[in-house]
Amino acid sequence: MTIELAGFLAIIAIVSSGAGLLGSLTGLGGGIIIIPFLTLALGIDIRYAIGASLVSVIATSSGAAAAYVREGFTNIRVAMFLEIATVSGALSGTAAAALLPPAAIAVLFGAVLLYSSYATVTGKKEEGAAAGPDRLASLLGMDGSYPLDGSEQSYHVRAVPAGMGLMALAGILSALLGIGSGALKVIAMDRFMKMPYKASAATSNFMIGVTAAASAGVYLHRGYIDPVLSLPVMLGVLAGSFAGSRILTRARTRVLRAVFAAAIALAGLEMICKGIAGRF
Amino acid sequence: MPEKKFADGRRFEKFIGTLLRIGVMLSGAVAVLGGAVLFLGHSVALPRLERFAGEPHGLTSIPGILGSAFSLDGRGLIQFGLLVLIAVPLFRVAFSVVAFTLRRDWLYCAVTAAVLALLVGSLLWGR
Repeated sequence: MTIELAGFLAIIAIVSSGAGLLGSLTGLGGGIIIIPFLTLALGIDIRYAIGASLVSVIATSSGAAAAYVREGFTNIRVAMFLEIATVSGALSGTAAAALLPPAAIAVLFGAVLLYSSYATVTGKKEEGAAAGPDRLASLLGMDGSYPLDGSEQSYHVRAVPAGMGLMALAGILSALLGIGSGALKVIAMDRFMKMPYKASAATSNFMIGVTAAASAGVYLHRGYIDPVLSLPVMLGVLAGSFAGSRILTRARTRVLRAVFAAAIALAGLEMICKGIAGRF
Repeated sequence: MPEKKFADGRRFEKFIGTLLRIGVMLSGAVAVLGGAVLFLGHSVALPRLERFAGEPHGLTSIPGILGSAFSLDGRGLIQFGLLVLIAVPLFRVAFSVVAFTLRRDWLYCAVTAAVLALLVGSLLWGR
């Protein structure tokens, strides 16, 4: 193995582990860090970057999901129901990927991220503001519970149609840009469906992997997934996400929100700049 | 009904969580083995990824990947590991279909089966 190749593999693995840690802490997924790094810093074609990133997104999600499921944060019913929208969106996205200019979508997504960062910072609502029951969500048996201070805290779910709409959009963006679209998924559940933040983050983390698997299946056939690039990305992200999932169950929600807001603001600015510069 | 109790409680979710972790570890182990075969076997050039050319057939189709992996090709083994990783969420959804069936929750059985069908379709016939 040459020194150049060893260095190439090592730097990708190191950056990927950082992306995995941040991605699992925030529910964002690491793609938002990995795609700009691979394309801007290393000059890799965006299609290979998207392929490797989607692999990393699945690794992040699956690596952390095992811990979340054990802790009982994930709402499986909400996840599965909304998955119909995200997976359909992802498959439409892979079909549209060849036709649409991704630059326009990147700018739009960057704007959505900036807005949601702003909303996360200004919204002071902590876990306390519980929502009342909703007819459709009750009919679908979506209301759930999660562990809080040693006991089970139950909660109601609301606004299923709005959640579905945002999830379809998240699926499309995930496929087009090779990211997990965790930010949109968390917003859909936390802001619109009124789920507790930790339940939203864990459920989003689970859904990300399923959405990315749908896109990755298509992109594998198109030759976007390069083994030599994807190996260090996947291993790095796995290591980072295992560490991240350990921290989430203990960390305070307020700290998480601050990390989340800062991370999506940076990602939003980055995507807008890249989109306008025509680098997508 | 022991099955129903098993499917109702957290125990089934914990069981699925363990399976997920095993799947991820398995995919990682296979990919690392492929990396060892590839990088330690003979000198490998830095991959040329600046311009998109697409991967060769042996690394893009499921039969192709299986063939490359079984002939102990390094890239083929890594790609097989990645294929296992892509399949992990798919198995996760498949186990949920089983769980909802055991609970006789037909609505969610149908919902998860639809998601599973979309995933299997993309992995087998997606392009």
